[in-house]
Amino acid sequence: MVHERVMEKLAILADAAKYDVSCSSSQSNRKNKDKGLGDAKGYGICHSYTEDGRCVSLLKILLTNHCIFDCAYCVSRKSNDVKRAAFTVQEVVDLTIGFYRRNYIEGLFLSSGIFDNPDYTMERLVRIAKKLRLEENFNGYIHLKAIPGASDELLQQAGMYADRLSVNVEMPTEKSLKLLAPEKNHIDVIQPMEYLKKEIVGHKEEKKLNYKAPLFAPAGQSTQMVIGATQENDMEILGMANYFYDQMNMRRVYYSGYVPISYDNRLPAIGTPVPIIRENRLYQADWLIRLYGFNVNEIVGFDQPNLDLDIDPKLGWALRNMNQFPVDVNTADLELIKRIPGIGFLSAKKIVAARKFKKLVPQDLQKLGIAYTRAKYFLAFATPFQLQKDLTSIQIKDQILNMQKSKYKNDFSNQLALF
Amino acid sequence: MTQVIYDGTYEGWATAVFEIYEYKLKDIVFAKNEASADLLFSTNHIVITDEVKVKRVLSGLQKRLSGVGFQGLYHAFLSEMNKIEEIMFRYVQYVLSSTVNVEDDFGHNDVLELRKAIRLTGKEAHRMEAFVRFQLTKDQLYYAIVEPDCNVLPLIETHFKNRYADQRWLIYDVKRKYGVYYDLENVSTVEIQFDANASSSRFLAEISDEGEELFQDLWRNYFKSVNIESRKNKKLHLQHMPKRYWKNLTEKIPDIRSMGK
Repeated sequence: MVHERVMEKLAILADAAKYDVSCSSSQSNRKNKDKGLGDAKGYGICHSYTEDGRCVSLLKILLTNHCIFDCAYCVSRKSNDVKRAAFTVQEVVDLTIGFYRRNYIEGLFLSSGIFDNPDYTMERLVRIAKKLRLEENFNGYIHLKAIPGASDELLQQAGMYADRLSVNVEMPTEKSLKLLAPEKNHIDVIQPMEYLKKEIVGHKEEKKLNYKAPLFAPAGQSTQMVIGATQENDMEILGMANYFYDQMNMRRVYYSGYVPISYDNRLPAIGTPVPIIRENRLYQADWLIRLYGFNVNEIVGFDQPNLDLDIDPKLGWALRNMNQFPVDVNTADLELIKRIPGIGFLSAKKIVAARKFKKLVPQDLQKLGIAYTRAKYFLAFATPFQLQKDLTSIQIKDQILNMQKSKYKNDFSNQLALF
Repeated sequence: MTQVIYDGTYEGWATAVFEIYEYKLKDIVFAKNEASADLLFSTNHIVITDEVKVKRVLSGLQKRLSGVGFQGLYHAFLSEMNKIEEIMFRYVQYVLSSTVNVEDDFGHNDVLELRKAIRLTGKEAHRMEAFVRFQLTKDQLYYAIVEPDCNVLPLIETHFKNRYADQRWLIYDVKRKYGVYYDLENVSTVEIQFDANASSSRFLAEISDEGEELFQDLWRNYFKSVNIESRKNKKLHLQHMPKRYWKNLTEKIPDIRSMGK
């Protein structure tokens, strides 16, 4: 039974966990077993949304915020004067089950400060997952943090019970990590990632041959980078992300705009705005790489190491590559249509389906729900219909920016002077 | 103009489609259960749901549509979107008059409108999978009250049955005055008369399991704790969680005790 004293612990340990932005509960395939509790299907469900607009799909908590490390960017760092608390194994189990049964959550996201040593901490996390699975017959989603430095045996066990595992790289480069967390090395993070990748791939192969083979982290692994705490440019960040997608089979890389929480002079001062727009642009770029078939080099490069803040990266790419346009949506490949600014993944598919029946004209596209005012600069029709033919990329950008009302407009006021 | 009056069910609508062809009715307008008093309508045609006619219409459509397309029609019906019966009828006319499957012909107005209705229902069903908030009663029933924009209970019951296989639950749609109830074996449709008292906070507190209040408090507490003040974005918040849903969302309702004060 859960008691009143859990209330304060929950406030402390949920608050400390909220800077981990991953809240995905998708991509698993765990079914309900023996009429027990829960399932974790392919698509995630956001059960609620915080006032900052982020999805709440999991009970995201730390087991404890006691920590032996003193990483400058972390709110739970040893030297920080915050209230400390620790859940018991049973408390986490009861909270998870109680929340899940009421349909508040998809499952549990459990992380922890490192107390004593990595194995000791990891063992507790694993014990909670094990208890949920074996004693409570809980089949909902479990995301466990893999603690760097924990033994392979414990990671192995974690994979048997969790749907997703994650090791946070935190800092995009070794240099920044050394600056802010001198006790840590990148290699401590890379090693468990490599181990998990090997195990995840191995178990997947086995599952293909024998459907009864046990699941091992069926929703794969993910990681997170803190953005804006240190000096990296977007090329370094996206390059690192690309490495994780290519080399580590990461399902997701998360970008967490640094929320100033410290007076440490190595970090942006308290009161510095969270780099929300930059974070958003990085996610857009990430999407282009994962779902739109873009190569990271097309989005950032040595000549342009940072993403534009005032326009999205797809528009940015199009304006730099005007020679690819205009595109005729009645004949072009799906892949090329996906690259037209203002046309998303689903609209592109609809276009390709609909053009089999008739030749599409601008009015059709407008009705299909594409952002036509933006796309029109990049479209070709058999009957020349537009005026934008001879516009330069700067003129197009100017016109598009004038059309959209951004709540961040103030941040770009210097832009007007350029034209 | 002919007003086609049917019983408000999908089968009733399918029967109506059959009879529109059978009696060659022109300029039709659908009405549920009773005729609109509007004097413009010169004739009324009353439809009595007929299984044979339903089968004829649906199997004809099944032959001309994909599995998804066929199911989509039912989902569109559940959207309860304005004029959906007419849109569906025009869509059916187009489907039946074409030699190929036209369900992806998004350049065609009715196909596009139908797709919008399907999307609306799908979105609402997904929302309800998220926004159902069960409360536990003294006799260990998990019950929830919802007021979805579309009639989605038929679409979400399987999700809840698979997920909450080991607990009795009831989800009640107050707008449409029926619920789905799972008794640990099967899901059935139930019509209950909630008296006016039923939603009062005192009544709820009386029937609640003793741990219920604490869990609601814990959830509200959690919801507050995960917010990051410096990232506040009310517009996005409202976009994801429109206000009309708040009254049934535990985290958006002040707790029972403070309501009594």
